[in-house]
Amino acid sequence: MHEYPVTEQIIKIASEAAREHDAARVSLIRLVVGEQSGFVGDSIQMYFDILAVGTLCQGAALEMEYVKAQWICPGCDCYYVREPLSFACPQCGQDGLPSEVGKEFYVKDIEIEGRKDDESVC
Amino acid sequence: MMKVSAERIDVTQSIYDENDRIAAETWKVLDEKCIFTVNVMGAPGAGKTSSLIHLIQNMPQTRSYVLEGDIESDIDTVKMKGLGIETLQINTYGACHLDAPTVQKALEGLPLSEPGILFIENIGNLVCPAEFMIGEHIKLLVCSVAEGSDKPYKYPLAFEKADMILLTKIDLKAYVDFDEAFFFKGVQALNKDAAVFEVNAKTGEGFDGAAKYLENLASGGTEVKTYP
Repeated sequence: MHEYPVTEQIIKIASEAAREHDAARVSLIRLVVGEQSGFVGDSIQMYFDILAVGTLCQGAALEMEYVKAQWICPGCDCYYVREPLSFACPQCGQDGLPSEVGKEFYVKDIEIEGRKDDESVC
Repeated sequence: MMKVSAERIDVTQSIYDENDRIAAETWKVLDEKCIFTVNVMGAPGAGKTSSLIHLIQNMPQTRSYVLEGDIESDIDTVKMKGLGIETLQINTYGACHLDAPTVQKALEGLPLSEPGILFIENIGNLVCPAEFMIGEHIKLLVCSVAEGSDKPYKYPLAFEKADMILLTKIDLKAYVDFDEAFFFKGVQALNKDAAVFEVNAKTGEGFDGAAKYLENLASGGTEVKTYP
């Protein structure tokens, strides 16, 4: 259930962008999914295949770019991926702070086909 | 004849945008009515409902309202109403968190006639309630010692986003090998601002301090983050 409403949003965002560009259909949707966003790509794909039917996104491929959660060390200012059950910086051992890297969840871009102004008579 | 050629269109739009827009609308309506709103998060069985009852009973001068989120049943609402607490039930029938449109719609059925504190008890879940804003002023995380001291490490986002944390069932510490130092080290790494209160709903221990802190937040005595 978790991915159902967000998949509806993905289709809505992609369809609106496609309509703004007078596209006949969306062929590809690229998502950026942070590890801490809590969303699972395979599950989004499963709902997408069902929910996209009858929309401009029907048959579109979903491409996901995953981003690992990163922490910032207050000591050495570096970004790092933490080890399980620890927040320690691998360089200096200080506990780091959460960062925004890994919380992303957005539609990066889409590929569209059949733009009306592409039409030409041969 | 149509020429088929793929064209890339930049979108860069957050999938939370619509939810966040509705959450901001709800927050504005509640804020104008002087209703301080608390998004209550925690795993199933953490003690969310018992904690709310104690908090509300420790604030007799404050008008309290509750929006109870559950997948099914109205057990908690019946309990709250039995104690004279104005409560409305939301059942999500499968959805694992409350989102802004659900809360906005549900609030139409809860007359908030005078200023006070509205507690929105989210679905029992330590993951996605932290991801969706619903119009709250603060997030209150309820976490029990019985869940284990490793929870900040396993569910970091809930601890990072919390403005206030209740550590419940502290009478069970000795029986569940709760490693206090490990728990607080994790909380501290994730969140240096959240106030943590240790409480016991069996005896009521600790709730007076938590209630005072919350009343102070609600009255503007302690700075609360502005709505993003």
